[in-house]
Amino acid sequence: MIRSFLTALGGLVLATAAWADDEVTTFTLDNGMDVVVIEDHRAPVVVHMLWYRAGSADETPGRSGVAHYLEHLLFKGTDTLDPGEFSATVARNGGSDNAFTSFDYTAYFQRVAADRLGLMMQMEADRMVNLRLLDEDIATERNVILEERNQRVENDPAALMREQLRAALYLNHPYGRPIIGWRHEMETLDRTAALDFYEEFYAPNNAILIVAGDVTPDEVRTLAEEHYGPLPANPDLAPRARVSEPPQLAERRLTFEDPRVAQPYVTRSYLAPERDPGDQETAAALTLLAELLGGGQTSVLTQALQFESQVAVYSGAFYRGTSLDDTSFGLVVVPSAEITLQEAETALDAEIARFLETGVDAEQLDRIKMQFRASTIYARDNVQSLARRYGAGLASGLTVEDIQAWPDILQAVTEDDIMAAARMVFDRNNAVTAWLTPPMLEVTQ
Amino acid sequence: MRILLGLIAALALAAPVRAAVEIQEVTSPGGIDAWLVEERSIPFVALELRFEGGTSLDQPGKRGAINLMAALLEEGAGDLSAQEFTARREGLAASFDYDAYSDAISVSAQFLTENRDEAVALLRSSLIAPRFDEDAIERVRAQVLASLRQDEKDPDTIANRAFMASAFGDHPYGSSGDGTVETVTALTRDDIVAAHQGTMTRDKLFVSAVGDIDAEALGTLLDTLLGDLPETGFDAPPPATYALQGGQTVIPFDTPQSVAVFGHEGLDRDDPDFITAYVVNEIMGAGSFESRLMNEVREQRGLTYGIYSYLAARDLAAMVMGRVASSNQTMAEAVDVIRAEWAKIAEQGITAQELEDAKTFLTGSYPLRFDGNGPIANILVGMQMDGLSTDYVNDRNGMVDAITLEEANRVAARLYDPEALHFVIVGQPEGLMDEASN
Repeated sequence: MIRSFLTALGGLVLATAAWADDEVTTFTLDNGMDVVVIEDHRAPVVVHMLWYRAGSADETPGRSGVAHYLEHLLFKGTDTLDPGEFSATVARNGGSDNAFTSFDYTAYFQRVAADRLGLMMQMEADRMVNLRLLDEDIATERNVILEERNQRVENDPAALMREQLRAALYLNHPYGRPIIGWRHEMETLDRTAALDFYEEFYAPNNAILIVAGDVTPDEVRTLAEEHYGPLPANPDLAPRARVSEPPQLAERRLTFEDPRVAQPYVTRSYLAPERDPGDQETAAALTLLAELLGGGQTSVLTQALQFESQVAVYSGAFYRGTSLDDTSFGLVVVPSAEITLQEAETALDAEIARFLETGVDAEQLDRIKMQFRASTIYARDNVQSLARRYGAGLASGLTVEDIQAWPDILQAVTEDDIMAAARMVFDRNNAVTAWLTPPMLEVTQ
Repeated sequence: MRILLGLIAALALAAPVRAAVEIQEVTSPGGIDAWLVEERSIPFVALELRFEGGTSLDQPGKRGAINLMAALLEEGAGDLSAQEFTARREGLAASFDYDAYSDAISVSAQFLTENRDEAVALLRSSLIAPRFDEDAIERVRAQVLASLRQDEKDPDTIANRAFMASAFGDHPYGSSGDGTVETVTALTRDDIVAAHQGTMTRDKLFVSAVGDIDAEALGTLLDTLLGDLPETGFDAPPPATYALQGGQTVIPFDTPQSVAVFGHEGLDRDDPDFITAYVVNEIMGAGSFESRLMNEVREQRGLTYGIYSYLAARDLAAMVMGRVASSNQTMAEAVDVIRAEWAKIAEQGITAQELEDAKTFLTGSYPLRFDGNGPIANILVGMQMDGLSTDYVNDRNGMVDAITLEEANRVAARLYDPEALHFVIVGQPEGLMDEASN
């Protein structure tokens, strides 16, 4: 199996779930800030992460990309820190720092020696409330995010196609807008747009602090109360109520043509339910469904389309349940050299239909559950990815209890649950099918 | 994400260790050497194997054979078909990754204590008795060919391959280890068997293990796993001669953002100046916001999302390389800025403050890399391949701290040569065309 080819398709990552409950402690500061501590005393290192429950789906229409733009601007200085001084200070302490933005959250993190945790909190708390933006920094950083869009999207036809697909999948919900923003709106982002977002969402009662590594919960509590405790809550913070999807009544299809496409493929995304507080069973069934259908060499699609027939050079299924609102369930087939996209799509549909008839292979399901069980052991080796799972879960509306219950919910999923979830999700009225191809006239298929 | 790192981590200096990591040097009863760190708190083992040589050992006319062979190791072994092999591995919840790089084949395995013997037996069959069934060869060959076709339309890959082809010509370093559509199409099962026998041999082997196992058990494991490998295989090719002169090459490609790969010859890993060069490059272009290239090209001018330079000290040639992407309208300005920075650091060196900050960062971040069984195993096997001893763990920070400003500036002048700097630019960069400086 060729790994580089898989990564070239991008984003086909399967969710795994794992943690050790007994090493996790949670509490809430008086100003409403949630705190999670994950202990790992093997190395004298901590990861300090601050998550805001604010992402691209929380943006005002017309200002797409502002959540991510603000993320960049948070490195541009405060009343007491010069532009760049935040990262320079982290580096001078032997640490590294970065940040990321998604649909439902924006997060900032540093990896640093455990005895520098207080300094990280001091600086992170500072830029939660004291951001200072200069005109020249605003303009230069807008060019940087446009170059970032060039690199991630404009230079990659598959990424351009995925944008069009998402925009078609969500008729009404802001998940249809790209996180990085539409270029024409990014070009108009300014200080006002950034500061409006900052003032609305950056506050302790909209934040989650995660500290993972060589610390105790008591140490974290003391430092958090000292640095974050004095920050005032935002009394005007509104509940996260977003517009929802209307009933979707018609299948959508698109063909994205680009001369830079060397390897055509077909992909389909179905609107799908996400993990909800106290209600994760359907999402768990869909998680296992994705593994059964497309989770590797022994999966249903791979077996049918790559082993029994040679229709495809790659096939897969993917589902990410951690999301505040409706998420998607995806399928992809990369056809072999002599196979057309239509033939590949027909073979895919035939295989889904056959699966709905024949049901789950019990041995395959056992193996998948065994791997999920084992992932709770392997996951303890990477405390930063554990921290990210808690952060993403909490910022997507789940509780700590939900996150900790998830492994058991996965194990409890039955074959009937999976088939019921499959029959529910595979509704073409809720789906967009996309073909990625070089200009059709030039295709010799 | 604010910065995209990627290449950088993989190419960084083989990393040092915090004093708390106790490395045991183990020799199995059958004579296989390994480095071990016992870490009993999580019941699994991370095992890293490297076979020195990698795809550079491809035989004449067989480019891509070793890459295809490595991709086939998990596609059936012993009496198990490809799917039976995968089903067995999944049932054990073990992970095995096989990759072919230009200087090494890497095998990364993680397996649980509760079924270690079964996992090792399964891994062994893939290393010693891979089947290379014809149907598996055709299936994986089709994947490789699809990947090669994609590469032809990817600006980064186009730039990298053009740079290496110009620099190294017919030497294996001058072409991709993945091969070409022509060479991969022509490979036979015999070629793949020969690639296996010629590369995965005892004399090319390096091993590290981290996790829930002691030295004695590891020794037994290694003899079981690796004892039946052939003793020797293909000879290494000679060192590669760098033939590219200063200037720039533009490869037209219709895309909005140009991609540039740039560089020239560098310092070998065993050069006495290597660690000083590493520190100087940290200041020049290691990819953090403190580096000169990032500051000048991104922070001051907004010409890119990311830029970095790195020391590519490979087994058969050494280079200092970099990468930047910028809109077609602004690439020319980015190239000018990079050339100016290249000349500036060579002529004027670095400042005492920059050296101090780089030392603080490098020595302070030193223990942070050792934060998991998998990462530690990876670092330990890399140190062995670089010819370092376990003492390096304790000596490394002292070596960094001992560098003087005078030494750093001498090495900066030695390392960076603005006359030799060559850019390969893929895109439609406005105002740039092919140039040679001599």
